[in-house]
Amino acid sequence: MSSPSFNQNPTPEPEAPLIGFGYNYATVTDKISAIVLSKRTPRTWLVGFAIAFALLMVLMLAIGKLLFVGVGVWGIQIPVGWGWAIVNFVWWVGIAHAGTLISAILLLLHQEWRTSINRFAEAMTLFAVACAGMFPLLHLGRPWLFYWLFPYPNTMNVWPQFRSPLIWDVFAVSTYATVSLIFWYVGLIPDLATIRDRSKKTLSQKIYGIFAMGWRGSAKHWKRYETAYLLLAGLATPLVVSVHSVVSFDFAVGIVPGWHSAIFPPYFVAGAIFSGFAMVLTISIPVRKFYGLEDFITERHLNNMAKVLLATGLIVAYGYLMETFMAFYAGGRFDKYMIMDRMTGHYMNFYWILLTCNVVVPQFLWIPKIRNNVWVLWVISILVNVGMWLERYVIVVQSLARDFVPSSWRNYTGTHWDVATFLGSIGLFLTLLFLFLRYVPMISIFELRGLVPKGDAPAASTGASQRG
Amino acid sequence: MSDSDIKKTDLDFAALRERLRGEHGREFWRSLDELADTPEFESFLHSEFPRQAGVLGDGVSRRQVLKLMGASLALAGLTGCAYMPKEKILPYVRQPEELVPGKPLFYATTMPLGGYGKGVVVESHMGRPTKVEGNTLHPASLGATDVFAQASVLTLYDPDRSQTLNHLGLIEIWANFSAVINQIRAEQQLKKGAGLRILTGTITSPTLAYQLQALLTQFPMAKWHQYEPIHHDHTNIGAQLAFGEHVDTQYRFDQAEVILSLDSDFLYAGPAAVRYARDFANKRRMVGGATAMNRLYVVEGTPSITGSMADHRLRIRSSEVQGVAQAIAARLGVPGVAPLTSPVISAHSQWIGAVVRDLERHRGACVVSVGEQQPPSVHALGHAINLALGNAGKTVTYTGAVEAHPVEQLESLRDLVTDMKSGRVDALVILGGNPAFNSPPDISFIEGLLKVKVRVHLGLYEDETSNLCHWHIPETHYLESWGDVRSYDGTISLIQPLIAPLFNGKSPHEILALLLGQPSASAYQIVQEYWKNQGSAVWKSRTTNFKEFWETSLHDGVITGTALPLKTPALKKDFWESVKKSPGDSPASGSSDIEVVFRPDPTIWDGRFANNGWLQELPKPLSKLTWDNVAWISPRTAERLSLQNGNMVELKVEGHAAKTPIWIMPGHADDSITVFFGYGRWLAGRVGSGTGFNMYALRNSKSSGFANGVALSKTGELFDLACTQNHHSMEGRDFVRTGTLAEFRKNPRFIHDEIPEKSPLPSLYPSFPQNGYQWGMAINLNSCIGCNACVVACQAENNSPVVGKEQVQRGREMHWIRIDRYYDGDLDAPQTFHEPVMCMQCENAPCEVVCPVGATNHSSEGLNQMVYNRCVGTRYCSNNCPYKVRRFNFLQYEDWQISSLKLQRNPNVTVRSRGVMEKCTYCVQRINAAKIQAEEENRPVRDGEIQTACQAACPTQAIVFGNINDPESEVSKLKGEILNYGLLTELTTHPRTTYIARLRNPNPEIETE
Repeated sequence: MSSPSFNQNPTPEPEAPLIGFGYNYATVTDKISAIVLSKRTPRTWLVGFAIAFALLMVLMLAIGKLLFVGVGVWGIQIPVGWGWAIVNFVWWVGIAHAGTLISAILLLLHQEWRTSINRFAEAMTLFAVACAGMFPLLHLGRPWLFYWLFPYPNTMNVWPQFRSPLIWDVFAVSTYATVSLIFWYVGLIPDLATIRDRSKKTLSQKIYGIFAMGWRGSAKHWKRYETAYLLLAGLATPLVVSVHSVVSFDFAVGIVPGWHSAIFPPYFVAGAIFSGFAMVLTISIPVRKFYGLEDFITERHLNNMAKVLLATGLIVAYGYLMETFMAFYAGGRFDKYMIMDRMTGHYMNFYWILLTCNVVVPQFLWIPKIRNNVWVLWVISILVNVGMWLERYVIVVQSLARDFVPSSWRNYTGTHWDVATFLGSIGLFLTLLFLFLRYVPMISIFELRGLVPKGDAPAASTGASQRG
Repeated sequence: MSDSDIKKTDLDFAALRERLRGEHGREFWRSLDELADTPEFESFLHSEFPRQAGVLGDGVSRRQVLKLMGASLALAGLTGCAYMPKEKILPYVRQPEELVPGKPLFYATTMPLGGYGKGVVVESHMGRPTKVEGNTLHPASLGATDVFAQASVLTLYDPDRSQTLNHLGLIEIWANFSAVINQIRAEQQLKKGAGLRILTGTITSPTLAYQLQALLTQFPMAKWHQYEPIHHDHTNIGAQLAFGEHVDTQYRFDQAEVILSLDSDFLYAGPAAVRYARDFANKRRMVGGATAMNRLYVVEGTPSITGSMADHRLRIRSSEVQGVAQAIAARLGVPGVAPLTSPVISAHSQWIGAVVRDLERHRGACVVSVGEQQPPSVHALGHAINLALGNAGKTVTYTGAVEAHPVEQLESLRDLVTDMKSGRVDALVILGGNPAFNSPPDISFIEGLLKVKVRVHLGLYEDETSNLCHWHIPETHYLESWGDVRSYDGTISLIQPLIAPLFNGKSPHEILALLLGQPSASAYQIVQEYWKNQGSAVWKSRTTNFKEFWETSLHDGVITGTALPLKTPALKKDFWESVKKSPGDSPASGSSDIEVVFRPDPTIWDGRFANNGWLQELPKPLSKLTWDNVAWISPRTAERLSLQNGNMVELKVEGHAAKTPIWIMPGHADDSITVFFGYGRWLAGRVGSGTGFNMYALRNSKSSGFANGVALSKTGELFDLACTQNHHSMEGRDFVRTGTLAEFRKNPRFIHDEIPEKSPLPSLYPSFPQNGYQWGMAINLNSCIGCNACVVACQAENNSPVVGKEQVQRGREMHWIRIDRYYDGDLDAPQTFHEPVMCMQCENAPCEVVCPVGATNHSSEGLNQMVYNRCVGTRYCSNNCPYKVRRFNFLQYEDWQISSLKLQRNPNVTVRSRGVMEKCTYCVQRINAAKIQAEEENRPVRDGEIQTACQAACPTQAIVFGNINDPESEVSKLKGEILNYGLLTELTTHPRTTYIARLRNPNPEIETE
């Protein structure tokens, strides 16, 4: 069963439904807004939030210690000047890719199945960017001077050094964060208006009212809204590619064997989408279960995401292969040594586990049965997340630990403060996510209504426009 | 008045408002109570802030305020004066009319170590000595220094130095101490001094010797004992055996073509090491068209600096060196000496034969040097071999005793302890030294010491010995005292203070004067009086004016013409008979066939520098360990005993036991363990206490060099060691390029041909402009012996912090220059290479492009500069540095609290704080000082005018710095050498520091190509 518009999309497989049977505009709206408007906070939410918040407090403690004592509380040293912090940064930025990809690129490509997961993925993007953005600031020796990386006019007439990839990072990540926020927020406006209209409490009416920015759902509103949304999607699309390309420049521009590689930008972007989709799966599977949203986030969604995971996983695998091939083909003695050390040296366990997680495990997704088995999919998505973290760890740490001068080689291990900061960043992510789930409609109501089969739907427009 | 009392008073709010309304303008009030002007508030103010209240109450006049301000300013200024010495001292090179703030002065003085002096020139900023350099005029320095001289300035400012005169741990005054000494004098005068004992280290100082002699004249029954833990008994007895008289030996390595070291670390240890290293290196530089170099054979069990420079190194146990010496002597026809037949000797007989032939080919131009830990018999054999080779008077010279009163020091200490134990000693005055820590356990010094009625200790620190003494007197550091001392060849130099005693210390001269009944004599007067009268023979022939002599000697840092006259002693005919008869050392033999070799620690020496953070954190020359001592064993022995680095073992020799961690040392002899003294102190100070393990506990007085039959047992514990270099192979990378002299002669370009250099890749960046001054450096790996002097010199010059063992373990040491040590070849007997690495000042620096804030950038003179203030600490520059020479302040490493340490810092170098990257600057402060000077004089900077700290300290002049834009400069010439190469040039970094490849000169008879 599919909508007429959906039939235009050529799909090789027989269509699974994008929305459960028997929904109409009102029931869709009811079901999603009820999660936000419900007076009773579910116990599971409370437990989850408590755990997330506790982790957030761990982050606060770790940051406090860091600022008070110095970056020396981490395991970084000479030669490994970047450790967990940068690994986490790249990992989170990677995760942040899925949201914009799902929202913007799939929107432009008219992939309607994105509708039920885009809000969710965008929120995840925002929170992941927040987690990612924190690390480059914290890893500075003197974090309180972070603003020196911005080109602001000052009396000393000193500017940042524009040749440094870290400056490009500043622009790339901050632009991405800004556009993602605006995109997410603009997408939220009609739904915020719905919540405002359905809310029975004055306070929430006022708060949602402020954020709804006076949305009345008039035809003019919709016209402008859709133009703006499309424009934003167009704006966000190149960013999906650019952010992780720029992040990869941090390494590719350096001369360290294992970093200095022209394949990095595409390979990082593919890795980012790979990990981003993995994270969307990791989170959406339990959420859809606990909130009973199986009818909105259907097996078809999961199936599609699994396919994206498989495709990007193959690109990433190609990246690994090329990296190794190039080291030998180019014949650089340092690169050759680096690859051999990666495979057989101190960090070999990390390398082989990452290959298993990122290359071997996703191959199971060729099998439709596995794609349709929600919990196997969930485990695979987690393994991919682990693999992608290890990939960044190997790139950052192993390359630095074995670079040019053997006398300076030294193995790196993070301290418990490194671990605490990482767990803490997960805490920050989850805390924000739980707040999002509770206070913002997690699925785009108005877009989902567009998926309701036309025949079943009453003639009514959005709740907001009924009022207006 | 308590709070509750105040609260009781009701405030009249209406009245307050009324008052405020009446005021105009801004009226600040501290509290409602103040506003109310209540008597309660008045009395509260008085009780809480009595002073201010008093001032407020009295209505102090303007005049009074100014008076108080003036007085406090004057008092603040006076504290600065406390550091200036009272007596007149003379600047070394420049003599400004008066002190120019910001301009350092340089004074010559002498650093005594183990009784022998090394001439130094000390940089003084506004009366604060900050940096030690060598004295070019002094024979033991020739302008260079060693690690101990470089680090001595830190000891001066060590906040843990004893600061007060103590009696039984309580602070006492000098007057009470002199009263006690007077009482002792009175008692001893009745007994002719029979109960008085003086214990000193080795004394070469003419003034001290004169004072001691005077004391012995006053108290004829008193005794003067000498004991240094690192003594020269074996050398002295060996000379006695060979020549029948006390003879000191000097080597002329600058004349020697072939050198044989029998377990002798002449390049690093001993009072002449700096000089010897220079002489040795001069024959080995392979620059300026040289095609020949000397050849060094080393026979040793413990890898040493000297062994690392060897062209051929015979790795045998220390106890087997005698066999080699005997075999060589026998082959050279030394009368009476028969070769020893042992499997080891016969296994190496071909090697020995080749060495003997090589020595014979260079009669009169070779040197055989014997190490102190070898028994006297080997020393005697060494003398016989040198005489047989006709080296005497040419490459080996002899003089009378440099020591004022040479004694067998272990015997001297034993006599003292015997007397003490039998209760014959009423008063013991220990002038320096720490025998309670470092005397052999079988002599049981402490047991004897505790029987002495009055025990007096003079020392820099309240240490293990002073803890057992009644009186402790803080000693003056050599930078705060007057004195004189002889160097290895007898040359006398004066010690002049750079600063008045920081902690009211007393010098040994003053303690002896007190004992002599001259309580008011100052060290200055004593030394000057000696030279005016008793020492006048030295200068009377040259000048009649004492003042002229005195000022010249102080200015130059040496008293010229005081080297001891050369002697030509004859070998005793029956010397071998007396050797065989002499008891000498009879190394213990136990159940096992493992020997233990005793060595002073290469950085904290005999333990006296244990509280010196620079020396503690200085990577030991070969093991690159810091903060601890270990027991070295060979890889094969480790395998046999299944030991790993850091495994704790208990060593037992003749009932004395000690625990130590194991370190596997490539090149060490099998079945042999080397342990190092100096660690394991329990009262060293905050830095040194509790570091390492005390190996003095193992050393029997009978076997002071090595002992056989050590029992080794694993304790099962693992000890965490802090090593600065974890990887020892070059992995086939050409960081140290090396070859043999023969290869070089065949194809001088071989180092470039061997590893075909890629043609320089095109660069996106414009090439570096080459105009004006362009600074560069060349390091000659043929001369570098890896002695570490540059590392400490850099630390002293550039205010580098000490980070501590735990941070070193994490890889965060802060040295701007490191000596990489690489092994090549066989694990059991590898070749060792030293390579000093500091910032290469790349013209195309990879660090610069990646810094997001431009904190590291390039100067027009080719310096890669670090702007600390701009650095935000991303560490990207360090990651992108292929040479890994950048150092990061991960934590707040620099000590901002301890005030005495602040005095040491170089005012021309920024003190860095947490979160900032730093690295070698080519001593930019020195470059700029020279440029300013040159500009004032309207001339270009002369070649050699700027010496970087590492260059100035280098004993072998391996480091050369200068303007590479001047084709006549020394560094330009070196860079034009055919052996010159850069590190990682294929990365197109264009490093400004380059290296001269290291050549070996193997004997074709031993090593066939």
